[in-house]
Amino acid sequence: MSTVSAPLGTRRKAASARPERGTGGALAWLVLPALVLFLVFAIVPLVGVLLLSFTNWDGIGAITLNGIGNWLAVFSDPVMYNALWLTFVVMVVSWLVQTPISLLLGVFTAGAQKYRAVLAVIYFLPLLLSSAAIAIAYKALLDPNFGLAEGLKLPALAQDWLGNPQLALGVVIFVIAWQFVPFHTLIYQGGVRQIPRSLYEAAEIDGAGRVKQFFYITVPQLKYTIITSSTLMTVGALTYFDLIFVLTGGGPGNATRILPLDMYLTGFKANLMGPASVIAVILVGIGLALALFLQRLGGKDNNGSQLEGM
Amino acid sequence: MHRTSAQVPWLFSMEIRMKHTPTSRRTFLSLAALAPFAAWGLTACGTSGPAGSSGGSGGATMWSLTGKPNETIRQNTVDVFNKENSASQIKVTVFQNDAYKTKIKTAIGAGQAPTIIYGWGGGTLKSYAEAGQVEDLTSWFTANPEVKNKLFPSSFGAATVDGKIYAMPSQTVQPIVFYYNKELFAKANAQPPKTWDDLMALAKTFNDMGIAPLSLGGQSRWTSMMWLEYMFDRVGGPEVFTDIYNGKANAWSHPAALEALAKIQDLVSADGFIKGFSSITADSNADQALLFTGKAAMMLHGGWTYGSMKNDGAGFVQDGKLGWVDFPTVTGGKGDPKNAVGNPANYLSISAKATDAEKETAKKYFKDGLFTKEEVAGYIASGAVPIATGIEDQLAATDDKDFLTYVYTLAKDAPSFQQSWDQALSPTAAEALLNNIDQLFIKAVTPEQFAANMNATLGK
Repeated sequence: MSTVSAPLGTRRKAASARPERGTGGALAWLVLPALVLFLVFAIVPLVGVLLLSFTNWDGIGAITLNGIGNWLAVFSDPVMYNALWLTFVVMVVSWLVQTPISLLLGVFTAGAQKYRAVLAVIYFLPLLLSSAAIAIAYKALLDPNFGLAEGLKLPALAQDWLGNPQLALGVVIFVIAWQFVPFHTLIYQGGVRQIPRSLYEAAEIDGAGRVKQFFYITVPQLKYTIITSSTLMTVGALTYFDLIFVLTGGGPGNATRILPLDMYLTGFKANLMGPASVIAVILVGIGLALALFLQRLGGKDNNGSQLEGM
Repeated sequence: MHRTSAQVPWLFSMEIRMKHTPTSRRTFLSLAALAPFAAWGLTACGTSGPAGSSGGSGGATMWSLTGKPNETIRQNTVDVFNKENSASQIKVTVFQNDAYKTKIKTAIGAGQAPTIIYGWGGGTLKSYAEAGQVEDLTSWFTANPEVKNKLFPSSFGAATVDGKIYAMPSQTVQPIVFYYNKELFAKANAQPPKTWDDLMALAKTFNDMGIAPLSLGGQSRWTSMMWLEYMFDRVGGPEVFTDIYNGKANAWSHPAALEALAKIQDLVSADGFIKGFSSITADSNADQALLFTGKAAMMLHGGWTYGSMKNDGAGFVQDGKLGWVDFPTVTGGKGDPKNAVGNPANYLSISAKATDAEKETAKKYFKDGLFTKEEVAGYIASGAVPIATGIEDQLAATDDKDFLTYVYTLAKDAPSFQQSWDQALSPTAAEALLNNIDQLFIKAVTPEQFAANMNATLGK
């Protein structure tokens, strides 16, 4: 997903224009296993959740029909609206924080400066850790009594980071950024390396400085990379569960209870599978809408080349 | 990359990949070719569940928890039982506590439960019983009175649903105990609190000394709940929660309940609990560490923390610095100061889906395998009080006799021994309760709002 889509576009057109009919049958057979897997593990559960959202079920006893009762209950629950709002905040702020950092780091690591490789390895370290490990580590570091502030005797750090409702969400967004910036840096690094040198050479001849080159060549050339990265970031915000679950458990109060966490707590802690399914359907709807919207941002002709005339 | 693409629903990530990378389409197809094998592997796991007749015709399965010393003690009793009963073997599988709670629920819902189900009784057991998933043991206990008589009578309350017994009480009694750091009290020249007013005064005393009055692992939420359990009892007596348990309308708005909630918020406002308690968890034992490192003077916590403070406290318990008293009384309150709260026992149920032979093995194990001399001695040596009657002499002969005798007497003589609320209530009500308690302690809700929120969960 790190490449610019231009070569694909042209290759695709070439492929469809090819007259060989014989390979079509074989390809269909090759797709079949994937299709079965997709049906069994994505479509069937999705339909199942949709059906469950109209029932009452505690996960153990009998499933009874409940009509639209769960939908009414969820949409009149202030906790759900709060969770929806928090999800939105996490999504937008995460994007605003992560995109510039990853873009700049990606451009930097794609260059040929000294020690770049060493720095790149250090930047990518968080990518190797699991979310749970990151959450446990941050929790220990931010502990108000036994954490970093106490260890280093830095009173400025001695905030109740995860216990203060005003601070907790900010800490969550920070830790998410810490975890995912390396991944998006990697995407941008790949994207930048695909940009032909000749564009920069031409710009240099025209007298464009580094800043101008960045804004007039790098950023426009990275258009599809930005869309891909943004899709992963925003749709990913709908699935942040593990990290927050371990870090704060949704607390203090409901201060970090975002929608996916709300779904888990409703379904598996409170045993309300019906309302949890409603939340799941809402999540799927938002996710689909976001993905479609971001794809549209790329323009109607998604496969058009950015390297026209090269 | 693998991990991050997993965080996006894979239908989206697939779409993106197909549009933007020519190579990944090939990877995708080769993955797809492997898919049937993976699917076959998954179904194979699914069908060979634990309900399958493992270990011969009379064999039974049992799921239980990891964690010493109880894991070792349980395994020993099963080994002894298996040695003596070659025809009816029990196979034990152990899980980590939190993982087990989710897994057992799913397994029972899917009809894949083990023969012997380990649990905590109360509301969860009630949901199993109402779904017809666990065996009614009432007549078996009537036919075997000696099994019932050797156990604490109070341990059967949480095993009983609508007058029928659905579980065998097991292991140890774990009341919630009010602990204090004797060294800090000596330094402050103070006495442990007898009344709520004493406690409020002590909060000021210790805050003035720069020591946190009370340690609390507030992020775990059930830790804060223990305060409500005792305060509801001390202010209004055990009837207040009995009404809630029975789903009586507006039971949470009882004047005693509102008074108890207001008093707890007073204590929060007076900085009674350590700063940052909302981000401290009980799982990490940080709350206990605050008490034995002298950062906090008092702590309300389960009886099981005695053993872990003995292990981790670098001589804190052994040197006699740990003190404990009954929970303070409230002026004008109705509750008996001898009333206690906590976990009356753990519980073993038999799956209704098990075969008759498996059920027989389980019952034989309940009768002959549990509460043997060795098992009782094992629990006592671990610093806990098994729910067997007539063990005073054994308790008095241990190093921990002061604490164990205190717990034994507290559990045996308590006019009311209230089971922990999150176990007693249904999982739905319990989750709402914990969420609201969290908000009560950070003062995001008033006692009245708390009561209104909780009244909505009555009978659910």
